[in-house]
Amino acid sequence: MKLGKILRWILGVFVFGGVLAVIILKPLPFLFYHNLPRLGFLGRAIYIFILASFMCIYRIGKGPTGADRIVALDILGIMIVGLCAILTISTGRSWYIDIGIAWVLQSFISTLALAKYLEGKGFDE
Amino acid sequence: MNDLIGFILISIGLVFDLLGCVGLVRLPDAYNRLQAATKCVTMGTCSILFGTLLVIGFTAAGMKVILCMIFLILTSPVASHAIARGSHKSGVKLWEGSVCDAYAEDNK
Repeated sequence: MKLGKILRWILGVFVFGGVLAVIILKPLPFLFYHNLPRLGFLGRAIYIFILASFMCIYRIGKGPTGADRIVALDILGIMIVGLCAILTISTGRSWYIDIGIAWVLQSFISTLALAKYLEGKGFDE
Repeated sequence: MNDLIGFILISIGLVFDLLGCVGLVRLPDAYNRLQAATKCVTMGTCSILFGTLLVIGFTAAGMKVILCMIFLILTSPVASHAIARGSHKSGVKLWEGSVCDAYAEDNK
């Protein structure tokens, strides 16, 4: 029990440190827009979003109760709005933020419906 | 100068998003996870959107960013409250180290 916990800590620190080292050393290359300023910063930002999204997906898969899964799904939707804002800066195309607005409202409605389902009553209260 | 302040705000928001997701993985209970994840919305994503507004300026896309922030601030606490109420009513257990449960005492 004790040894397993220590091994899990060491594995987690290795994975987390490895991903952070990749973020610091190699920014994600953008294929189409090479001449924008501060592209290295935005590439690293998208790496951080990928890492956080994998943490949310881990919680969706493992979570012991349904409430954990709904919380993780809500946060995954909110982070996609932030990703849309980053893509608006990095590509210079303003329709990405339209996707963000639509995603906020859709995520709100789906979260309310899932919470109502979790409560266990009828939908027509 | 506006650019620099915007990128600093985006960095703060990214750090808050990452720490909120670490809390989502590490904390022991559904309610604790909800409490860690709500910080990720209000300070993380709203800070990223405000930094985006400062970087791209008050154009048409900037107005859309302000609209997105207003929607986010209005809808996110309602959704968190609905999740917490629904999970408490459906009988999700609290962590065994929790001190008190005020909602159950009120309903008694």
